Amino acid sequence: MQREMIERAKALLADGTVNRVIGWKAGEFDYDITPAVFTTAEELDAGFLYNDLCAANLSKYLIKESRKEGKILAFLKPCDTYSFSQLLKEHRIWRDHVYVIGVPCEGKVDVDTVKSKGITGICSMRCDGETVRVETLYGEESIKKDEAMADRCLNCKSKKHVVYDELMGEEGDVLDSHRFDMVEKLENMTPDERFAFWRGELSRCIRCNACRNVCPACTCEKCVFDNDASGIAQKAAVDSFEENMFHIIRAFHVAGRCTDCGECSRVCPQNIPLHLLNRKFIKDIDELYGEYQAGADPDTKPPLNTFTQEDAEPSVIYERGGNK
Amino acid sequence: MQRIGVFICHCGTNIAATVDVKAVAEALKHEPGVVFSTDYPYMCSEAGQNIVKDAIRDYHLSGVVICSCSPRMHEATFRKAAAVAGLNPYMVEIANIREQCSWIHKDIPQATEKAITLGKAAIAKVHLNAPLYAGESPVVKRALVIGGGIAGIQTALDIADAGFPVDIVETKPTIGGKMTQLDKTFPTLDCAACILTPKMVDCAQNENIKIYSYSEVTDVKGFVGNFTVTIKRKARYVDETKCTGCGICTEKCPMKKVPNEFNLGMNNRSAVYIPFAQAVPKVATIDPEHCNMLKKGKCGLCAKVCTAGAIDYKQKDEFIEEQYGAIVVATGYNPINLDKFDEFAYSQSKDVITSLEFERLTNAAGPTSGTLLRPSDGKHPHTIVFVQCVGSRDTSGCGKEYCSKICCMYTAKHAMLTREKYPDTDVYVFYIDVRTPGKSFDEFYRRAVEQYGVHYIKGMVGKIVPQADGTLAVQASDLLDNKQLHINADLVVLAAAIEPDKSARPLATMLTASMDTNDFFTEAHPKLRPVESPTAGVFLSGTCQGPKDIPETVSQAGAAASKVIGLLCKDKLTCNPCVAHSDEWMCNGCSACEKVCPYGAITYEDKEFRMPDRTTAIRRVAIVNEAVCQGCGACTVACPSGAMDLKGFSNSQIMAEVDAICK
Repeated sequence: MQREMIERAKALLADGTVNRVIGWKAGEFDYDITPAVFTTAEELDAGFLYNDLCAANLSKYLIKESRKEGKILAFLKPCDTYSFSQLLKEHRIWRDHVYVIGVPCEGKVDVDTVKSKGITGICSMRCDGETVRVETLYGEESIKKDEAMADRCLNCKSKKHVVYDELMGEEGDVLDSHRFDMVEKLENMTPDERFAFWRGELSRCIRCNACRNVCPACTCEKCVFDNDASGIAQKAAVDSFEENMFHIIRAFHVAGRCTDCGECSRVCPQNIPLHLLNRKFIKDIDELYGEYQAGADPDTKPPLNTFTQEDAEPSVIYERGGNK
Repeated sequence: MQRIGVFICHCGTNIAATVDVKAVAEALKHEPGVVFSTDYPYMCSEAGQNIVKDAIRDYHLSGVVICSCSPRMHEATFRKAAAVAGLNPYMVEIANIREQCSWIHKDIPQATEKAITLGKAAIAKVHLNAPLYAGESPVVKRALVIGGGIAGIQTALDIADAGFPVDIVETKPTIGGKMTQLDKTFPTLDCAACILTPKMVDCAQNENIKIYSYSEVTDVKGFVGNFTVTIKRKARYVDETKCTGCGICTEKCPMKKVPNEFNLGMNNRSAVYIPFAQAVPKVATIDPEHCNMLKKGKCGLCAKVCTAGAIDYKQKDEFIEEQYGAIVVATGYNPINLDKFDEFAYSQSKDVITSLEFERLTNAAGPTSGTLLRPSDGKHPHTIVFVQCVGSRDTSGCGKEYCSKICCMYTAKHAMLTREKYPDTDVYVFYIDVRTPGKSFDEFYRRAVEQYGVHYIKGMVGKIVPQADGTLAVQASDLLDNKQLHINADLVVLAAAIEPDKSARPLATMLTASMDTNDFFTEAHPKLRPVESPTAGVFLSGTCQGPKDIPETVSQAGAAASKVIGLLCKDKLTCNPCVAHSDEWMCNGCSACEKVCPYGAITYEDKEFRMPDRTTAIRRVAIVNEAVCQGCGACTVACPSGAMDLKGFSNSQIMAEVDAICK
């Protein structure tokens, strides 16, 4: 697939359709893959990568990239296309300046998940089909791919590309995932248990802002947390509860727009399962206002910004909140 | 720093009896920015207003806080006073220490503390107030009346007489409403049709009135002076402009077994029908649920016999959009469903009927041509029992808690007319109370008892059981004699409670007009603004606001019309300057605000910006049309970036109030 993608990118560069390509290249470690923009065929040959470790969602980069001169070629995985489509809906990306090629995704290997299985001293990783071979300081280890994937890929919501100019490989379907299982588990906890769970998770936050910076739904010109006039801008927290509020405010801000791409949890250096907060909102919206997938199409009205006569009355929401 | 004056009103004893007003004035004197603080028995009086005006001049006030009643009562009064003294009226804030404090507390120290807190919140807000200037918006000089019963008809006629165009939207094929179904009207006993049909004809002939019959309002956008309304004209499969109302189609239609709703299902009509002889507009309508041509594609007889060529089986629902300056709601009422009152055997016997059905049985245009006959066997009834308050004043949860108001009088009318026409009939009326306030009402009721010998019995009917011989065994209690009664009746008439029409609730949502728990529209003030809804530009006429008889409905209809005329006479309305405003440096152009705006006040523009890094960027930003914005604030909560804010109610002002309260 990688070879094909490079060839196609070169052709589009050569015929002048695009003047840049956004894709992935190796970072400090070869498993640490990072988004990159390529402008020549040589750069593509030298650095362009596409494998089971290319996890980053490229759509958010297109907000800035699409405002530059000329067209940019973007390779988007199925879940990236949901973010892309949502950003189009919010008029954040200049569609005319982007050429989208949909590329298939079989789920990405997540280094933190591999580490959590007790494999340490990782030097490099390779995935061939079902098995991930991990070279460590202490010799080679192997792990099944299923065990090396993060929650977002294990419970993949869709293999379908919702927007593209051309497609490479086979088109997939929207999947029947179990992505709300963990949310349900949290809902079934007592309020005290749930509070303890989130305090445990969120108290590890170091406020590095990586989740916010990577989030394709976080596209404010000026984030409230950076805006002195907002009254909540802050650098250091007075107590650990303030970190909790950061994530809860952020979840509220992206509610109804979050496509559940899972980037927040992927980039969190403290491995906080932030995507669960967003999924709780998605689940609630589904249950209260009918099934809604942000970014799934350009036209459906977002339920939180739309009033219909069938909408749940506040009392219903209140009672439901009281029960769960 | 603002220079703030604080004025505490005693409101006689309304506030001063529960709140230590002197202590409040003293406490607020020490708040930051306060340079003057005083109290006075009636701040809204001429003398009270002069205290405010003098203080503004003497102390060079830049902001004013009035601690008094709700801003709904006197905000405008104090804003005007401030303007006279040369202060921008939007530098005035009201702290409501009456409805939200003195009236709901008993303990003086507690209420005083709360009044001080509310005052502090208003002071905190005034610190962030900025002068605002009101613009103007034009008024569309056309009114819409929703509902074509007597209320809607009277309102439309009065508005049209003043020279303004008015449209009536009526869901039924004809205007006229419930009154067309009545026989005689109390207390003068004139025939309903004789007094109503001339008014219906007036509507049809008045060049200022347009009737959209068989139509519904499906969408309302805009605001006072500038409503845009979508009206669905349901397909009647007859071209209204061609149909002459000759009625030949209704005679030839082979499908004659359709229950006639005009006679409450007591006889049948054809699938193509004209509801009654005096219908306005007098055009036929095809009932698509029963027409063989529309259902099965077979028949087509009406098209063949129609000499005007008016039948059009391919007609589709049509949606039209109209502009109005004012909207009058006149959606009327219906008798309640009696399923929950089966002790009266309404579902078991044809001879247990509602009062409205009784009207049809005594009406010359009714199923029996006006002769009172039992629906079951067509015989003359000799014993009739009237049961009042069926579902009215009912606290059991089956009916309505309110009094339906009209039943006492129409039951007296029914009883009297029965005795007048059929003196051999025994008439019993069971009542909880007889309520007859109204001009000539009690005299009317007394005539029924004293002259016509109607047996009025205080007590409720407990049970009605249909007997094998066709009679109805009525079991009741006589509370004055303290005994059980057993009456074998031939006919039982139930005075069913009335409830607002089912179309009222969705309509209220469209109009953003409020309703009470019974789905009656709420008036802007129960005593002083009884025909206005709290939503500006929306007026109330007739029973949609509460149970009413015809004289009351007509006078309220006229009152609503006069309010509409008052509005339409104006060329411009002063806009509310508390409108939304977008900070274009924070706006990311996502369109969330545009999508939630109910008034279409927000547009987008690609604007060139000089960025901090000295580059130029084109950014899509929201622009608010201040003449169209109504300041509802929906956009401010939809905006994910916090770029949208409401002038006069900014996020920072509200946070300052909350902070002042929580301090």
